[in-house]
Amino acid sequence: MRPTWKVRPPEDLNHQRVRVTKPQALQAAAPAADAVIDVRDVHYSIGGRAIFDGLSFSARRGRITAVMGPSGAGKTTLLKLITAQIVAESGTVQVFGEDLARLGGNEIYAVRKRMGMLFQNGALLTDMDVFENVAFPVREHTDLPEALIRILVLTKLQAVGLRGAAQLMPAELSGGMARRVALARAIVLDPEVLIYDEPFVGLDPISLGVILRLIKQMNAALGITSIVVSHDVRELATIADDSYLLSGGRIAASGSPEQLRSSENAAVRQFMTGSAEGPVAFHYPAPDYATQLLDEP
Amino acid sequence: MSNGAHGSFLLEGIRRLGSVSIFLARLLGQCLPALARPRLLVAQIYNAGGRSLVIIMLSGLFVGMVLGLQGYDLLQRFGSEDALGVAAALGLLRELAPVITALLFAGRAGTALTSEIGLMRATDQLTAMEVMAVDPMRYVAAPRFLGGVIAMPLLTAIFSVIGLFGAQLIGVQLMGVDRGVFWSQTQGSVGLHDVNEGLMKSVVFGVLCSLIAVHEGYTAPPTAEGVALATTRTVVASSVMILLMDYVLTAYFL
Repeated sequence: MRPTWKVRPPEDLNHQRVRVTKPQALQAAAPAADAVIDVRDVHYSIGGRAIFDGLSFSARRGRITAVMGPSGAGKTTLLKLITAQIVAESGTVQVFGEDLARLGGNEIYAVRKRMGMLFQNGALLTDMDVFENVAFPVREHTDLPEALIRILVLTKLQAVGLRGAAQLMPAELSGGMARRVALARAIVLDPEVLIYDEPFVGLDPISLGVILRLIKQMNAALGITSIVVSHDVRELATIADDSYLLSGGRIAASGSPEQLRSSENAAVRQFMTGSAEGPVAFHYPAPDYATQLLDEP
Repeated sequence: MSNGAHGSFLLEGIRRLGSVSIFLARLLGQCLPALARPRLLVAQIYNAGGRSLVIIMLSGLFVGMVLGLQGYDLLQRFGSEDALGVAAALGLLRELAPVITALLFAGRAGTALTSEIGLMRATDQLTAMEVMAVDPMRYVAAPRFLGGVIAMPLLTAIFSVIGLFGAQLIGVQLMGVDRGVFWSQTQGSVGLHDVNEGLMKSVVFGVLCSLIAVHEGYTAPPTAEGVALATTRTVVASSVMILLMDYVLTAYFL
């Protein structure tokens, strides 16, 4: 049997070199030209409640793009849009220049093979050990010989510092370790885009630092376009090249973390400073406090 | 219950039936690719079948022994205790083995399937597969469905054999029915069509139980309560469907 090598077509390696050596040059280029993911004027609602109301945003090749926003702003829904788990009601979502709404099942799978995603809780398959979890995409998508799979998996586990944990089951891992294994799994097929869903939630300071360093490393060493969705402003500011703030179903502000911090917009200021006072009310809409207390139940 | 409540109950029933039918069609489409991966399939046959073996064998033995006692008591009133072998064999092959195996299967393997798949959904494992461009219908649902469909007739056959052994244990060893008469009457009266009826029932029950279990797990809301409810529904729906289809199939074969 002839082995089929589906890992990464060679022409993409050239892009990679350009990405790594000339980040400044790319930064100067027009945003649309090097946008790997481009979301234009997307509307989407769940149960009559508008989640996105004219959302536009793009992620540029080889850069770390942060999407921030308060809980419930639709950050996870945005990731579902990009990975074609849901379809926008109107507007376009382009990934690698392909309009996701026009793609059939197999073409969507082809796009997904070029992406990696890190889930909030890792989403490791619980019935196999760490090694098999990382090997899973390789086994499913390639016919590589076992010896090569072993080397591939061990190098990726080494990159996240968990080569020694290869034989552990997911239930035996701490939260931070599970996320690192999931990261190894996400990069095992050398994706062009890596998507992180709330990668910092619930981590101790050491694990958090490790994950931050890994996100940076993956981006710098492999030239992977990264999208990090999170509400941890301080952590994101240290790694993001571009930042977007999601609020009220659209992008409220964009730019570098510094630009966001100096924004005049009240909603942006509130989020960046973590204030309880501002457009995002502390109280969920409720009837008048005094009236309700005095009312008979 | 008002008319509106009746209406919504009916609508909900039809909606579920439609959802199960679409699910079955998608599942059948993935069965061929799943057959091409024997390692996954064997693991699921073991999960559904191998792990149910002890409970099936124990139940088979006791059902057979009860059949021996009751059958002997009944037949000796008419002086025809020689027919105990036939009565036990026919009762087991055509009715008791497929039905009781299926009911036990729904309780033991069906609930395990539903909660396993439901928890995989709740912990994003199915979504993770989707994003890794692996169809969970192909990787998770189809092998489990096929595993159940294949395991059920095998379990039913084992139930029948052990049950007949149990009946023989009581009838021949305890009650003193002649061993030669017991077996020769059984051999003479049980035909291939009796075996076929049991086989046919077990295959239908296998499809039903596995389909309900996998569907409930796959569509369960990703919460603790959702998975618990889905598991309960698996047992209730499977049991009712088994008994209902048992009547239909029995009427068809008579």
